[in-house]
Amino acid sequence: MKLIRLKYTKWFNVLKDGLSKNNPIVIAVLGICSALAVTNRVENAIAMGLGVTFVVMASSAVVSLIRNFIPTKVRMVTYMVIISAFVIAVQMFLGAFFPLIEKSLGAYVGLIITNCIVMGRAEAYAVKNPVKYTLVDGFANGMGYTFVLVSIAAIREILAFGEILGYALPLPAGWVNWTVMTMAPGGFFVLGVFIWVFRELSKHYEVTE
Amino acid sequence: MENLVQLFLQSILNNNIALAFILGMCPLIAISTNVKNAKGMGLAVVLVVTLTAMINWPIYALLKSTGTTALSLLVFIITIAATVQILEMLLDKFFPKLYNAFGIFLPLITVNCVVLAVSLFFVRNNYTFVETTIYSFGSSVGWLLAIVLVAGIREKMKKVSDVPRGLAGKGIVFIVLGILALAFIGFTGLSFFR
Repeated sequence: MKLIRLKYTKWFNVLKDGLSKNNPIVIAVLGICSALAVTNRVENAIAMGLGVTFVVMASSAVVSLIRNFIPTKVRMVTYMVIISAFVIAVQMFLGAFFPLIEKSLGAYVGLIITNCIVMGRAEAYAVKNPVKYTLVDGFANGMGYTFVLVSIAAIREILAFGEILGYALPLPAGWVNWTVMTMAPGGFFVLGVFIWVFRELSKHYEVTE
Repeated sequence: MENLVQLFLQSILNNNIALAFILGMCPLIAISTNVKNAKGMGLAVVLVVTLTAMINWPIYALLKSTGTTALSLLVFIITIAATVQILEMLLDKFFPKLYNAFGIFLPLITVNCVVLAVSLFFVRNNYTFVETTIYSFGSSVGWLLAIVLVAGIREKMKKVSDVPRGLAGKGIVFIVLGILALAFIGFTGLSFFR
C-alpha cells in the first residue's frame, strides 16, 4: 500500500524523470562531450559520472538557496561562478586521492563547468524549486548520466581491450581487439546505437518536421 | 615558422577539436539543422575562441607568477563570460549588421566547451603566446569545418533518406559524426614538412 502511494509523490516522479523519462543524455541529448571523450575505460566513466553528480547536486542546491537574491540579468554568470567553485573542488579531490584517474581524464574534469547538464538543471529546475526537490533532481540527473556513461564505457572497453575494469574476459581464441572503439568514432557509433535502442524500448521518438 | 604552419594545419585536420577530441557537441548537434545557421555559429565560435585564448594567456601568466593556478578554471570562465558579453554589446553598437547575422549565437557560446577547452589545452601543452593564438584559431576553424559538414549532410539527408524512427532527429547525427570522425582519422600522422 505504501509502495503504491509512493508512486504518486513528487519525490518519486522527480527521480524517475531524471533517470529514464528525461534522461539527460539519451532523451535531451545534453552533456555529450564528456560522455564520449572519457568513456573508453569504465573506471574513468565512473569517476566522471560521480564527479558530475556531485557538481549538479551541490551547485543546484546553492542556486536554489539563493534563487530569490540572484538578479535575472546576471544569473548565468552567477551559475558559472558557483559551478566552477565545485568543479575546482572535484579536480583537487581527484588530484589528491586518485592521481591516475585525474591524469587520464585530463582537461575533461575542468570541462564539467561547461557540461550543459549542470547549467541546464540550474536554469531549468533549481531557480524555481526549493532545495529538497533540487537535491533529488540533481541526484536523478547525475545518476541518469552516470548510468549511460558506464554502459557506453562497458561496451567500448569490452570491444576495445577485451577486459572490463582491468579484468580480462574469457574471450574466444582469435579475438581481435577493435582499436577503433578506443577512438572518437567508436564513441559516436556506440552512443548512436545506444540512443536508438533506448528510444525503441521506451517508445520515446523525436518528432521531426 | 614551419612549426606554426604545422601546428595550425594539425589543429584543423589531425586533431580536429570536434571530431578527435569530441568537444562542443551540444551546440554542434543543436544548431546543425541547416548550413546557414551552422556557418553563423561557427564564425562566432572562431571569433570568441581566438579572442578569449589571447586574453587568457597573459592572465594565466599572471596567475602563474603569483602561484594561484588552482583558480585558473574560475578565472577563465569569468573572462570568457565577460568577453562574450562585451563583444555582444560592441557588435550591437558598432556593427549592427554583423550583430543581426550572428548575435543570437553569441550568448550560447559561453557554454560551448570548445572555448574553455582551448584555454585549458594551451595550459597543458605549455604553448607560447604566438602558438596559443595559432592553435586557438586553428581549432576553432576545425570546429567550423565540422559543424558545416554535419549541417550539409543533415540537409541532404532530410530530403533523400528514410531514417528509422528511433534514430530520427538527434540520434542519426551521432552515426554521421562517427563516419566523419573515421574519415578524419585518415589524417593521422599527416606531416606537411619533412
